[in-house]
Amino acid sequence: MPDFTHLTVETALGRWPFMAQFLADKGLAELTDRPEARLTEALSADQLTDLDGFIAGMEAFLGTSDEQVTELTIRGGRAKDGSREPVTELIARVGEVICIVGPTGSGKSRLLADIEWVARGDTPTGRHVLINGQVPEDKWRFSTQYKLVAQLSQNMNFVMDLSVQEFLALHAESRQAADTEEKIQRIWTWANELAGEPFGLDTPVTSLSGGQSRALMIADTAVLSASPVVLIDEIENAGIDRQQALDILIQQEKIVLMATHDPILALMGDRRVVIGNGAMRQVIEPSAQEKANLDELRAMDTRLMDLRHRLRMGERLDRI
Amino acid sequence: MRFVTVSGPPSSGKTAVIIKTLEHLQGAGRKVGVVKFDCLSTDDDDLYRKNGIMVRKGLAGALCPDHYFVSNVEECVQWGMAEGLDVLVSESAGLCNRCSPHIREVLAICVIDNLSGTGTPKKIGPMLKAADLVVITKGDIVSQAEREVFAARVHMVNPKARILHVNGITGQGSFELSTVWVEGEETATVEGKRLRFSMPAALCSYCLGETRIGSDFQMGNVRKIDLEMPTGIKNDGGPGGQV
Repeated sequence: MPDFTHLTVETALGRWPFMAQFLADKGLAELTDRPEARLTEALSADQLTDLDGFIAGMEAFLGTSDEQVTELTIRGGRAKDGSREPVTELIARVGEVICIVGPTGSGKSRLLADIEWVARGDTPTGRHVLINGQVPEDKWRFSTQYKLVAQLSQNMNFVMDLSVQEFLALHAESRQAADTEEKIQRIWTWANELAGEPFGLDTPVTSLSGGQSRALMIADTAVLSASPVVLIDEIENAGIDRQQALDILIQQEKIVLMATHDPILALMGDRRVVIGNGAMRQVIEPSAQEKANLDELRAMDTRLMDLRHRLRMGERLDRI
Repeated sequence: MRFVTVSGPPSSGKTAVIIKTLEHLQGAGRKVGVVKFDCLSTDDDDLYRKNGIMVRKGLAGALCPDHYFVSNVEECVQWGMAEGLDVLVSESAGLCNRCSPHIREVLAICVIDNLSGTGTPKKIGPMLKAADLVVITKGDIVSQAEREVFAARVHMVNPKARILHVNGITGQGSFELSTVWVEGEETATVEGKRLRFSMPAALCSYCLGETRIGSDFQMGNVRKIDLEMPTGIKNDGGPGGQV
């Protein structure tokens, strides 16, 4: 137990800001108005024991991740028909973008679930997932602090009735982040760069456009989420700078896994894994030819976006 | 037999989570059953039956659903034993937020959804606070930030519980949940075991069918709100009748 003997309410709150929650729960909120009160005098012995448990729990929950995740290894298991998985090992490193392709029902979700659950041969595929080359600890399975995977998909929406500023402050607070103000500014600035269409810090998150929402989600995940792996289920083509979105995540030392059938996104990846029949069938590295084609695909994309813009402005498309 | 109590606010996804989770256990050749507790009516028993899950339902009707649950839970366990089930799940809606069907030494799950608002973990009290494992649903439609904030709030209310995200539609996370359902201790009876949290008190004239309003008709366990009326106005209801 920490030595509470000489601690005043003020010192304790400075050391464990989350203690305010504890005091409120115990009906002791008024103690915050008596910063000079000594904990040992203000709380009963039972309450001190409870406080000790609460602090230990919160520190375990928030404790800064002692090890940086730099590498994720997926060891192959078996396909749906029980045959051996053709790809026996896939290693994803920090700063890499790995694309995942395969038809519906091919087993993409199971692969991602195996990663999230850090499988140890105990899932239907028999795969093993290693973190930094080691069999990971249990903490990755059930704690929120050590959640391995952050997810972003096109179906996700903001549902909280808050402004961008309030929303980010709330997220930062739940993560007990340092330099909250700087982080909020950075997320907001990046999100605006990604989205193209600017929005204010006072805009309600529920009224952001699809592109703006996605941009804010990506910037927020990059800066505030503690999860080292980011899983993206497509990024819509409209209203967001996709290259920069990936760059932001990579800069924040994330491992990016992206399920996509968009040719531009797929070729932006360092590698792509082909999934079929419940197994990783093949790992493809983009060839020089593919990379050259990426330029052409981008030119086609720009042209389409331009047509879209003209349509929006009320123009006719008789000549394209 | 493994016995699991599942609770959670209405429409949080309890039934979907149970069906998806039991699917994995059925696939592994285990015999599974559910007892569904509700108030007035439920069609969930059909859903369970459609999925090949043995089911019994209990409707509390005019009784307090929690009191009804605890008065019947041992009989339910005996039904499960008689049917030779490997896993029995009780599902009960926490309708008044003060409820908690969780029993000591029996795996206790609380299902709560991301859409219910960040204030909800604090509001639903005992059924969340007393759970061993909290399942958070509907994570596929809210942002990562909201999931993290919500999970942090759950953690604040119940720092000891493990937290698992399950998608009731695709079943993502349900395999993982199923592994927890069979790792616990066997339960042959709950006779003599204790609830983790006392039931809400109820013993007043309205429990016995009174429908008239006013202090004259209120007897038994009655408590009044302190409305802090402006001075000079008498609180019309007067103090509640004392036993």
